[in-house]
Amino acid sequence: MKSLPIVDHPTKARPFVADTERFHWHDQALWFVRSKRDKQAGSVPEWEHLRSLASQIKTETIANLGDYLVEFERNATALGATVHWAADAAEHNEIVLKILRDHETLRIVKSKSMLTEECGLNHFLEDNGIEVVDTDLGERIVQLRKETPSHIVLPAIHIRKEEVGDTFHEHLGTDEGASDPQYLTEAARQHLRDKFLAGEVGITGVNFAIAETGGLVVCTNEGNADLGVSLPRVHIACMGIEKLVPRFQDLSVFIRLLARSATGQPITTYTSHFHGPRDPNSELHIVLVDNGRSRLRNSNEFREALHCIRCGACMNTCPVYRRSGGHSYSATVPGPIGSVLSPTRDSSRYKSLPYACSLCGSCSDVCPVKIPLHHQLLAWRKELVGENLLPYSKRISMKAASILFRSPRLFSMAGWMGRKSLKILPHWATHNRLNTWTIARELPEPPRESFRHWYAENRKR
Amino acid sequence: MLKKTPATTTSRQAVLDRLTGKQVIGPGLPTIEHDRMVHFDDPVEKFIEVLSTVGGQAHLVDDAQQIAQILSDIPVYANAKRVVSLVPEAIPGSLDVATIDDPHALASVDWTIAKGEFAVAENGAIWVEGATMPHRVLLFIAQYLAIVVSRSDLVHNLHEGYARIGTPKSPFGVFVSGPSKTADIEQSLVLGAHGCRTLQVFLTP
Repeated sequence: MKSLPIVDHPTKARPFVADTERFHWHDQALWFVRSKRDKQAGSVPEWEHLRSLASQIKTETIANLGDYLVEFERNATALGATVHWAADAAEHNEIVLKILRDHETLRIVKSKSMLTEECGLNHFLEDNGIEVVDTDLGERIVQLRKETPSHIVLPAIHIRKEEVGDTFHEHLGTDEGASDPQYLTEAARQHLRDKFLAGEVGITGVNFAIAETGGLVVCTNEGNADLGVSLPRVHIACMGIEKLVPRFQDLSVFIRLLARSATGQPITTYTSHFHGPRDPNSELHIVLVDNGRSRLRNSNEFREALHCIRCGACMNTCPVYRRSGGHSYSATVPGPIGSVLSPTRDSSRYKSLPYACSLCGSCSDVCPVKIPLHHQLLAWRKELVGENLLPYSKRISMKAASILFRSPRLFSMAGWMGRKSLKILPHWATHNRLNTWTIARELPEPPRESFRHWYAENRKR
Repeated sequence: MLKKTPATTTSRQAVLDRLTGKQVIGPGLPTIEHDRMVHFDDPVEKFIEVLSTVGGQAHLVDDAQQIAQILSDIPVYANAKRVVSLVPEAIPGSLDVATIDDPHALASVDWTIAKGEFAVAENGAIWVEGATMPHRVLLFIAQYLAIVVSRSDLVHNLHEGYARIGTPKSPFGVFVSGPSKTADIEQSLVLGAHGCRTLQVFLTP
């Protein structure tokens, strides 16, 4: 993964932003979700209290994560589950493949899991001759289009219904030009039902795992995770090690926050609790994945990012995400939380992401587990300067600004020059390719005099 | 027969070493006080209201006969060929699942009538215990779902709900709230994604 190209958010966002009609539509679609979230949050009188509880539980869990993981492993094993440990994405994929090979599996059904996206499981399994069917409707659309999810809760939020119609026409044989969501969903239901019945192993992600009981919880609206693992005899659950909560009762806090923050529902349609395999003839495999999480725990600055329960509320509210689309982040997790997490993996590759932020603070306000997201994004900028990862143009101009602000005389002179040049410079001199700032902006009208001059005239006696 | 894959634990110690290498002091676990959480004057009314917002339908009934009456007025029930009832004392089923070993054989079930342990007023969810189902897939594979739960088994909020479960006794349990749904195509809500197309909840005395 070392030689991957550097992600430049502005460059990647350009095609999305260029389509004005589309980005307004995207913006509106996400704002609709954000409004539903506000309504739900407002209807729970103890909302802020719940956020505090969630934050405290997560802080405690991450502080003692090793102990809680051992407790979880012991209890899950006692229930008959098999617990595997993976240091990184490659090992996670190998473990899953080994289980599938041991069962001579050719077809798996998978429910939504950002972890397996992070690990690139689908491609790895397909390269090894296994048919992978994503069963969440949004994920299935994205999979058929050979794209990646652009949002962690709404994977196909960037795709229009006409485009879904085209994709389904090509792959599922629906009527050409059909774009009615009801009709398209029904077609997907029929198509996926056959896949469910043919699936030999079910793979799911994990929303929460409980140290005290050794169980795990999966939340879906479609029921795809449940259908996917209730038919075959083998269930593989893949989870990042930060998904743990200590006590069974802690679930009440997080389940109350999760769906309300994510989609503005009081709870997901299905909140399934798995404690050990179905029966003595079945298997439940749980794969615990580190993949950089233990390193993130060592960082005093960014540790709280491990509290994330992947609700996506920070994305829905982010003015930059809503207008630039999830793919512009080139990361499994986009948006504010993704801009904090991605540079912890590779600060040089993702150095532009902490700047894809207006520091408006809305993400921190909606975060159900109180991650100080905008503070962390600001902290990242400081970190990037320290690592000398800022572009040369910015480094030079920051140096120049520093000199300017330290000298009152220089500052006053620069102001005079600025006002004069704004008046006399022709348009072509300010608006050209050398000045990227003016691509979409006009320069301001210069004031007649400086504040310093006005103050001396009117107030200084 | 299954060949059980053994656990892969080569990285276990390495991960744990990394997690214990740096000591972090936690704040301890908070006490979750149920008194501080939302309560309703009329939890039954609240439950019915919330369930309807998530696409489910609740019916207050006095006895089993009334359940049968309401169901028979629903055309997709009247025309159903395969009905599995897990509350036979209230509603008789037309398909006996006791003899079925392989859950795949349940693919053609039209209706499942399930038993709910308790319901939660704040979010319209009903707890269904895995042990009450011979095959857990019955809850998800049926085209239509009905759940029978007593209104004396209603809790105000989820904290009370989890306290009621205590420690899970069976390998599976699920909160169900409304029919299966999706909004993955342009945020248009469509009921009936993979699981049941509608959900009827019968609140018995």
